Amino acid sequence: MNGGRFSWFNATSLTLGFAFLYLPMLILVIYSFNESRLVTVWAGFSTKWYGELLQNDAFLDAAWVTLKVGFWSSTLATVLGTMAAYVVVRSGRFTGRSLFSGMVYAPLVMPEVITGLALLLFFIAIGLDRGVLTIVLAHTTFAMCYVSVVVSSRLVTFDRSLEEAALDLGSTPFDAFRSVTLPIIAPAVISGWLLAFTLSLDDLVIASFTSGPSSTTLPIKIFSSVRLGVSPEINALSTIMIGIVTVGVITASIVSRRRLVRQRDDEQRALHQE
Amino acid sequence: MAQQQKKTVFEPWEDPSEKPIIRFKNVTKRFGDFTAIDNLTLDIYRREFFALLGPSGCGKTTLMRMLAGFETPTSGSILLDDKDIAAVPPNKREVNMMFQSYALFPHLTVYDNIAFGLRRSSMPKADIPGRVEQMLRLTQLTQFAKRKPHQISGGQRQRVALARSLAKAPKLLLLDEPLGALDKKLRNETQFELMDIQEKTGTTFVIVTHDQEEAMTVASRVAVMDQGRIVQVATPDRIYETPNSVYVADFIGDVNLITGKAYPGTGEQVEIHWGEAQAPIRANTSKSLAAGAEVKFAIRPEKIGIASEPPQDAANVVQGKVLDIAYLGNISTYHVELPSGDVLKAQATNSRRISRRNITWDDTVWLFWTDTAGIVLTE
Amino acid sequence: MDLRRTFLIFVPFAWLLLLFLIPFGIVLKISLSDIALSIPPYTPQLDLSAGWSGIVEYFQALDLENYVFLTQDNLYFLAYMSSVQIAFISMVITLIVGYPIAYGMAKAPDHWRPTLMMLVILPFWTSFLIRVYAWMGILSQEGFLNQFLLWIGIIDTPLTILNTNWAVYIGIVYTYLPFMILPIYAALEKMDGSLMEAAEDLGCSQTSAFWLVTFPLSRPGVIAGCFLVFIPALGEVVIPSLLGGSQTLMIGKVLWEEFFSNRDWPVASAVAVILLLILVIPIVLFQRNEQKQREAGR
Repeated sequence: MNGGRFSWFNATSLTLGFAFLYLPMLILVIYSFNESRLVTVWAGFSTKWYGELLQNDAFLDAAWVTLKVGFWSSTLATVLGTMAAYVVVRSGRFTGRSLFSGMVYAPLVMPEVITGLALLLFFIAIGLDRGVLTIVLAHTTFAMCYVSVVVSSRLVTFDRSLEEAALDLGSTPFDAFRSVTLPIIAPAVISGWLLAFTLSLDDLVIASFTSGPSSTTLPIKIFSSVRLGVSPEINALSTIMIGIVTVGVITASIVSRRRLVRQRDDEQRALHQE
Repeated sequence: MAQQQKKTVFEPWEDPSEKPIIRFKNVTKRFGDFTAIDNLTLDIYRREFFALLGPSGCGKTTLMRMLAGFETPTSGSILLDDKDIAAVPPNKREVNMMFQSYALFPHLTVYDNIAFGLRRSSMPKADIPGRVEQMLRLTQLTQFAKRKPHQISGGQRQRVALARSLAKAPKLLLLDEPLGALDKKLRNETQFELMDIQEKTGTTFVIVTHDQEEAMTVASRVAVMDQGRIVQVATPDRIYETPNSVYVADFIGDVNLITGKAYPGTGEQVEIHWGEAQAPIRANTSKSLAAGAEVKFAIRPEKIGIASEPPQDAANVVQGKVLDIAYLGNISTYHVELPSGDVLKAQATNSRRISRRNITWDDTVWLFWTDTAGIVLTE
Repeated sequence: MDLRRTFLIFVPFAWLLLLFLIPFGIVLKISLSDIALSIPPYTPQLDLSAGWSGIVEYFQALDLENYVFLTQDNLYFLAYMSSVQIAFISMVITLIVGYPIAYGMAKAPDHWRPTLMMLVILPFWTSFLIRVYAWMGILSQEGFLNQFLLWIGIIDTPLTILNTNWAVYIGIVYTYLPFMILPIYAALEKMDGSLMEAAEDLGCSQTSAFWLVTFPLSRPGVIAGCFLVFIPALGEVVIPSLLGGSQTLMIGKVLWEEFFSNRDWPVASAVAVILLLILVIPIVLFQRNEQKQREAGR
């Protein structure tokens, strides 16, 4: 929308809106450097909570489990989600198609408690012991649906004649996918992976249902200690996580914007050489 | 023009000893209830530049996609060099296609785009660079080899697509609206480039287009299609001068159509009775017509003369009033209303400056044409 | 060729059948069973070794008892009602907070927009749990909000916000705000700005031009945003657990407690089935809205 000036009202609502979004996290970050154990009283700058966090084996173990689960489930989810996206966008009609697309989209709106409960009861019914494996299976199942949404929105706009051109020039269907389709949809596949990874790192509810005693993930650990109240160690941990995400997202957006600008420049230049 | 010279030497479809490279035999293609291609039979010969012409949805693209292998006929067969190609997948066919969108791989350079097919062929690795260079030279793209598709202009992209599809030296090259994305001036230049390259490489070209001017310019033969059928296959001049149906006459160029009843005279002569107080049109036709048969008389505007005085000894003369003048620079088209209410279009070249022309709006004028100027159509 | 297609369909299909559909079948089945002091803690167990009679007996033992129980104990009814109420109120507040932000983004100069977009999306990538946790320190008796309000002198005694429904509203609004902003922004952004100018040219004041032109045209985005907040808020567990108090009833939390504290799997399953049935209504409405948008977009 262009037209109409950017008014004082607009500026104020943006300022207040972003203050609302960011102040709570900012406070969290600031108080992670607080000397005092009382989280609301400032007693001087200190990094001691970071030190204590690094001494805390329970947190480190949980972080390691979380990363493992995140890596495997997002990788599996990316493969399955890309396949599912292909099926939804490309495969035309087949028996059970509407059931299939229903199952692909349902987990997106399903409350996590229900998904978690259902999966837990399923794992018990088939006699699978709860542990890292069951969390990976559970996370893969709901994350693949998010991947599928991301990848299929890219596939919808994908010019099919590119694949046909590859076939026409002698590629086998698999070679056409590997050497033409995949490189072109790679950004969507990568963001699908990142989304799946983030969802897995973030998930508390489903993990609580499907984890076993030896496989506590970081969110479960955080949740159980946070229930008892605010603690500076959790603030420190949160700060580290916020920091990683912020750096990641800003880098990604700078890279993609640079690429966009370069592409636009190239196109401009190409136009003028006609 | 090149067209004229070629015509005298290159007419394989007239030569019974010549074998077609492509044969469509009673090919039908249905998509659900929709019949895209309806029992179509067609031969295309080696070294031809063959145009499939028709409005969108007439089946021309389906026909081409069946040649490329992206669609299979519902019934009938397609032979390439006498071999049925129905079971051959697109990647095993010696047929290449230039896509309407060009379908250049955006992540590969111009060079790699052209080399893509060669790397997937039996060509020895060492020979590939030479062949790519050759294609780059042919399409004048040598200096752009390292660029990506988005770094070159539309015209250059079109040439990359052409080079890529020609690189494997296919038996048959399919071109799907190859010039559709270019502006008019560039399109005209590129048409001649295409013809040039076709002649140099000796490849058989099949082009799909909805642009009749383009088809007429580049093709050795044109097939006019309508609703999954071929209406007429002939050289461009025959398509224009002797269309076999109202559809073709109307689709190609501008035409006046007059409905009347035919009364055959001696030999090929025929009189067409039309309108209340109009003298019958005298025309020639080789068709044998029953007396009183309903026909359409088709005549191109440029075949009708226009004068402000009654002309002497013309085979056909009608009087009318100038309704409208469309001034197109080199020519003017006069819309002349006859007493019957019919409007005929007549064209005259503007050999004089505009101020010195003597026909203007509401003038009474006479239109005239010879007995061989128009053609009698029954369908 | 066809073998490949079959494989492509089969793998994700089988995965979803096995890990999505069958688990729901099991939930449905257990919701019809009775609680028992055994492992697993419900009865009947399907005993295939008993043959046909075992299967018949098994199905005879299934009943709607748990559902009857849900209607008798009004805790569940109240929890469902209060979930709908909390989700709805939060949705309305999120709309009121989110719309001006989306509107400001759409009005902002072109070169700001990518940055603004990133700022809205960034919290989405940060841990949900941490974002909820951040409010615990702010809303508590001696938290920052109370300190601030006492300092500027609006209040004399600290307010109790944490562990009330108000804290739950704030938590939901805060965590789901991006879901409201993004669809509204998308609708506003593709709107032709000259429409507003045309309305003003034809005699509308700026305010009436907004209500007569801009807002109706952004309605698809508003509807999508509302659903995107309402649907997940309805089944929320973490926010009521951390920010809500003992009197905050939300069905997700009830289910959680039924399962982990009472270990009553059949009742937990019945609660899940009912929650799902309640969710079907907004989900179907949402899908229909999306469908309409897609068709209008063509």
